[in-house]
Amino acid sequence: MHIPDGYLGPATCGTLYALMAPVWGFASRIVKKTLSVKQVPMLAIGAAFSFVIMMFNVPIPGGTTGHAVGGVLVAILLGPWAACIAVSVALVIQALLFGDGGLTALGANCFNMAFVMPFAGYAVYRLVASRSAVTSLQRVVAAGTGAYLGLVAASLFAGLEFGLQPLIYKTATGQALYCPYGLKVAVPVMLGEHLLIFGLVELAVTALVVKYLQKQEPALLQATSGVEK
Amino acid sequence: MKTTTKLWIGLAGLAVAAPIGIYLPEKFGAGTAWGEWGTDEIRKLAGYAPAGLEKLSSLWNAPIPDYAFKGMENTGRGMTSLAYIASAVIGVALCAGAALLLGRLLAGKKE
Repeated sequence: MHIPDGYLGPATCGTLYALMAPVWGFASRIVKKTLSVKQVPMLAIGAAFSFVIMMFNVPIPGGTTGHAVGGVLVAILLGPWAACIAVSVALVIQALLFGDGGLTALGANCFNMAFVMPFAGYAVYRLVASRSAVTSLQRVVAAGTGAYLGLVAASLFAGLEFGLQPLIYKTATGQALYCPYGLKVAVPVMLGEHLLIFGLVELAVTALVVKYLQKQEPALLQATSGVEK
Repeated sequence: MKTTTKLWIGLAGLAVAAPIGIYLPEKFGAGTAWGEWGTDEIRKLAGYAPAGLEKLSSLWNAPIPDYAFKGMENTGRGMTSLAYIASAVIGVALCAGAALLLGRLLAGKKE
């Protein structure tokens, strides 16, 4: 889902940077207020985890590849604003150092994976978890469902961004200037592959880690659980 | 052992296991992620390389493009894996370092 340079036109790139700028601003302000000194190592682990889990490309046999992002897992541990910062850090380093995702598309990639994903996924997690105990099975189900739908939501936005390009940018001869695939191709493909495969990978990874933390140190799941101890 | 220590160990394990992310796609004949093709690939797929795409695609020369070191592209499976693991280690260290710095800056000394 790392949109490279050249797939989105200047107006799309600009708009998504413009949308992300206040999100990053809010995120810093809120994290400044809420993040405790003890949680800083977890923020670092979250950014590093998001980076490395994205290297695990999962194939669709004979087709394309995709991967989990970890954005909802970080949101479950530290809240969606901190997750936004952690995933943004990973995306910036991937773009700058490894050319994974474009620099012009960095606003778009952060919008999809560092904003839409943690917020949508965290909302679903809280909704499904309701008032359940942090060590309950319901929490694991909620985490998995949130992770799945969070990644699917991100893929929907990526599909929309790709698919809008041929509508906005065309040469006189009708050729596309940037992404050549329209909404009718880009949205079903992006959404479909994440609904069928990559979303399930995200679900499994997130549910497994939450299950592990329930045993290892349930207090880590307490901060953003919405229930008092 | 502290949970964070265990999680760091887990991260190191993931970095070492990262080449799975190259071999699984290779084994199942899966190509590039959708929408992440290079200009040559898109020329084959769409019949032409969109002009704007061609121009912008070479905007940035990443130092470790696609998690492979320059000049090591066709040096065999073992070397590709090593480069991928090294990339994972470098990425994990940089992400953790940057987030640690940002987190310290933001959190201050707040309990």
